[in-house]
Amino acid sequence: MAEVEFKGKKFVVDEDGFLEDFNTYTEEWVEFCMKEEGIDTLTEEHWNVINILQDYYKKNGIAPMVRVLSKLTGFKLKHIYELFPSGPGKGACKMAGLPKPTGCV
Amino acid sequence: MVDIPNADELIQIDRTPGKESWMDVPPDLSEGRFCYPAKPKTLEYLGLPNARVWSPSDEDWQLPPDWQKIVHEGFKERLDKYRSLKVFMDICVRCGACADKCHYYIGSGDPKNMPVLRAELLRSIYRNDFTMAGKILGRIAGARKLTPQVIKEWFSYFYQCTECRRCSVYCPYGIDTAEITMMARELLNLLGLNINWIKDPVANCSRTGNHLGIQPQNMVEIIDFFCDDIEEITGVRPNPTFNRKGAEVLFITPSGDAFADPGTYTYMGYLMLFEAIGLDYTISTYASEGGNFGLFTSSDMMKKINAKMYHEAERLGVKWILGGECGHMWRVINQYMDTMNGPTGPKMEIPKSPITGTVFKNAASTKMVHIAEFTADLIRNGKLNLKPGRNDHLKVTYHDSCNPARAMGMLDEPRYVLQNVCNNFYEMPENTIREQTFCCGSGSGLNTEEIMELRMRGGLPRANAVKHVHDKYGVNMLSCVCAIDRAVLPPLMDYWVPGVSVTGLHELVGNALVLDGEHERETNLRFEPLENAEGADE
Repeated sequence: MAEVEFKGKKFVVDEDGFLEDFNTYTEEWVEFCMKEEGIDTLTEEHWNVINILQDYYKKNGIAPMVRVLSKLTGFKLKHIYELFPSGPGKGACKMAGLPKPTGCV
Repeated sequence: MVDIPNADELIQIDRTPGKESWMDVPPDLSEGRFCYPAKPKTLEYLGLPNARVWSPSDEDWQLPPDWQKIVHEGFKERLDKYRSLKVFMDICVRCGACADKCHYYIGSGDPKNMPVLRAELLRSIYRNDFTMAGKILGRIAGARKLTPQVIKEWFSYFYQCTECRRCSVYCPYGIDTAEITMMARELLNLLGLNINWIKDPVANCSRTGNHLGIQPQNMVEIIDFFCDDIEEITGVRPNPTFNRKGAEVLFITPSGDAFADPGTYTYMGYLMLFEAIGLDYTISTYASEGGNFGLFTSSDMMKKINAKMYHEAERLGVKWILGGECGHMWRVINQYMDTMNGPTGPKMEIPKSPITGTVFKNAASTKMVHIAEFTADLIRNGKLNLKPGRNDHLKVTYHDSCNPARAMGMLDEPRYVLQNVCNNFYEMPENTIREQTFCCGSGSGLNTEEIMELRMRGGLPRANAVKHVHDKYGVNMLSCVCAIDRAVLPPLMDYWVPGVSVTGLHELVGNALVLDGEHERETNLRFEPLENAEGADE
């Protein structure tokens, strides 16, 4: 577990670099992750995915299945990979402040 | 996370043993060589000891003050409880028949990944603490004192064993080396030494009934979503029910099938099969996991997680349970459940296929039938209308998932199904399949990303056999009956044998199956266009 600081905000992250606690999420977190994720500019489409992930997580305590995310956003999986090069889990979920899924996945 | 070498570099495996005694060689616990530890909040939730923030790369692991006593007493308790453990500790003659049978040894060249030496890591402490020769002669008798370095070595190497039991096949004494790993992991758990990738699913399963933490409303939503897709592809909508009392059969599969591709396509195959035969079944949103990461924790945890399936069967009043394409669940069911759980509820009956009338006497005590057996029986009795030509673009091989093969002896049923749902099926070499199957390299809760290099090493023998049939016959699809396989074989193939995809058995069944009233299919279950395959069998 480590602490990272960005624009005056401190975030506690786990070994995978995911936020330890979803409640500590702020928009600065997204900005912080951008560089590592190889995203130059955040577009409305990025925020669309992030907002949908967060709404879903607040309601259900879990990230949506990838194909459900695709349906909710209206973006094909391929496009989600274009937006978030590390993919929906390691890229989008991480930026949205969600924990990493574990199990037979 | 550390980068891993490319395949050409990784294949250069050094097998020269060091000059020092193995007892003096410390384990490599640098980043990339260990799984991340369980988080304190997870251990607290599960009531497991010594919750704290720590890393295996730390010098001080913050063990409890009386850690040596805890290990000694824990060991003693298990020797008293399990006669098998005492036999396994005493009986090994170190013949070495197992030495080169382990996929981790083959892929890493590290002598401590020889099953015999991995077991010696524990056996040396057994000799020191519990045998006269070891107490008197010490190192000469293969004994050594328990030190913090021994504990670190256990953590390193007992989390480099996937409990696949290939080595046990070759052991002249039949030593079950997976049970040695299980005991070592139990002892490590007493000290709060455990990994996140196992404990997080165990905590989720305790809370929601499945490893991923899928809530009831999401389970229904996901399966509805599959039904939408099936309807779009076939024109026929399956009608599964949830938590329905009085159903004949309860269906349970790994939650990975509901959550992650390509397992999701396998789940669609299950739904289509049940629709085609009109099975009176229900899906539980509580007993929503076949997998049992408790098996990788302790017998108590395994018992708890297994029991929920039978509680739910009893609550719903079903006659028997149909189990999906899961791996280690079947080891728990076939080898531990009888003595662990005791008899199943009084309302359950010996499973009988309502479609064919076949009685599954092999499941008389567990009341749980593997879906490959169930489907093979349907095909044998001519109950399914199949068009194997729809899978003609595939050249398929079959990976015997370790536990269905070695822990339940299910070798022929999946092959029988495959030969009926596709026209191009090729076997890998005989010393790599059936009882001798090679592990995916990531089983027993080691399917986590931070040890990707170890996983690629461990999966090398399996990948090598796939490469053989890929080069020789053009095999482009690797089928299996395990959700961990479906999660870990795709990156393994991408690394060692690019061009080979991964599928569950019932995805192929779903593609070949003709449903009453379906329209002409234009795509397979992955929404890939079917190229003139539709008319192939007509």
